[in-house]
Amino acid sequence: MKSVAVIGASLAGLYAARALRAQGFDGRLVIVGDERHRPYDRPPLSKDFLTGTTGQDQLALADAEEIAELDAEWLLGTEATGLDTGGRTVLLDGGRSLTTDGVVIATGAAPRRLPGPVPAGAHTLRTLDDAQALRADLTRGPVRVVVIGGGFIGAEVASSCTALGHHVTVVEAAPLPLVPQLGDTMAGICSALHADHGVTLLTGTGVARLHSGGAAHHVTGVELADGRLLPADVVVTGIGVRPRTAWLAGSGLPLDDGVRCDAGGVTPLPQVVAVGDVARVAGTRSEHWTSATEQAATAVENLLAGSTVATHRNLPYFWSDQYGVRIQFAGRRLPGDTPRVLEGSPEDRSFLACYERDGHPTAVLALNRPRPFMRHRRALARAAEPAIT
Amino acid sequence: MIPVCRLADLPTGESVRIDTAPPIAVFHAEGQLYAIDDTCTHQDASLADGWLEGCLVECPLHAATFDLRTGAPTCLPARRAVRTHPVTVEDGMIYVQHAAEEGTAA
Repeated sequence: MKSVAVIGASLAGLYAARALRAQGFDGRLVIVGDERHRPYDRPPLSKDFLTGTTGQDQLALADAEEIAELDAEWLLGTEATGLDTGGRTVLLDGGRSLTTDGVVIATGAAPRRLPGPVPAGAHTLRTLDDAQALRADLTRGPVRVVVIGGGFIGAEVASSCTALGHHVTVVEAAPLPLVPQLGDTMAGICSALHADHGVTLLTGTGVARLHSGGAAHHVTGVELADGRLLPADVVVTGIGVRPRTAWLAGSGLPLDDGVRCDAGGVTPLPQVVAVGDVARVAGTRSEHWTSATEQAATAVENLLAGSTVATHRNLPYFWSDQYGVRIQFAGRRLPGDTPRVLEGSPEDRSFLACYERDGHPTAVLALNRPRPFMRHRRALARAAEPAIT
Repeated sequence: MIPVCRLADLPTGESVRIDTAPPIAVFHAEGQLYAIDDTCTHQDASLADGWLEGCLVECPLHAATFDLRTGAPTCLPARRAVRTHPVTVEDGMIYVQHAAEEGTAA
């Protein structure tokens, strides 16, 4: 393999590029990113970057020295528009194209949006540019913020806006947010953090539409499906993401909630692998930071080998910081697994709970208990190891 | 010299954070005491809460690992070292000498 193109210049793409060089690939390496920025870390965008305690320079995932060592051609501000697998060609915007032996698909995911026009003051949060635009709307004195979606991004944005002194309401369509991730009991405990900090959480109601007015068509409110109207100066929609696969339409690759690949990140074409949010690895699409970093080394190993010689089955792990509480979760929880608090107390917002199925632990959740969490996370990972084949 | 705690209260494998500015983490690893800056250079997490294995501590948030002897990161996502601080024991009490700001690592 003499040339590899990594399509996507965020966490998964960068880690894939690192893995290529670390595993001895010394051919032509091209990294294509639609954003104009070098790889940066997204998790702080909803947290310390939004509150202003972390600056843009602290988000960089690679320093100048490492960028030089990677010896890659960077095509930033460039969108991949198609993949011609027969001709080994990646089509780029502006009519350009790129011929390559191997392809790493790392195009990530894009926020789901509400239907209808997007008035000024209405935001989604995925990219650095998104975060800068949102931050600009949050630094002109106290405003009324409505966050649509009570998932982790929504909760973190609500927390950051509260820390900045804004009046915040969170709207969640489900009866309770975070149930798919945490189950009813623990979702209830985590969702209570909003009320702890004076944030109103409205559940069980969808959004009908955004109201806007004035010459600037600035957002003025959020009309709920039940008819209520919430006045708003700033609206942030955090209702999940969609894998960015539109550019692969017609490529022949199986697209089904992500690029379908095997447990080694390999698509039906051995010279094409997928990593990160866009990859549906062995039936599961993971949107976690740690998965993106771990999948890259495995997928690259398989790409260079020409077939699946390694698989990835690390324990899913994610964290969220909100209202001064660090939430950490690891494991494979299924509906019906019973959480049991092993230490601390949910009332104090400081505890560790293990999810159990048939008396065996399946997952662990901690609020402000990083140390025992790590112990349990490691034990779970060890217990899962024999399952690897 | 900053008093940390009694040596008897920090058994092998344990760590403690002292609330200096910036905070310092003190580890008792394999019969040796080490002190490093407590905050991971990657993102805000306390290394005193990390996983201690030999002379290495793994950050509890993203698994960046630092060598306690040098403060140097041994794997990603951290790229910058944490500062190390001299540790002494006198009369069974652990003390840390806060390294000067212009100290070991940038």
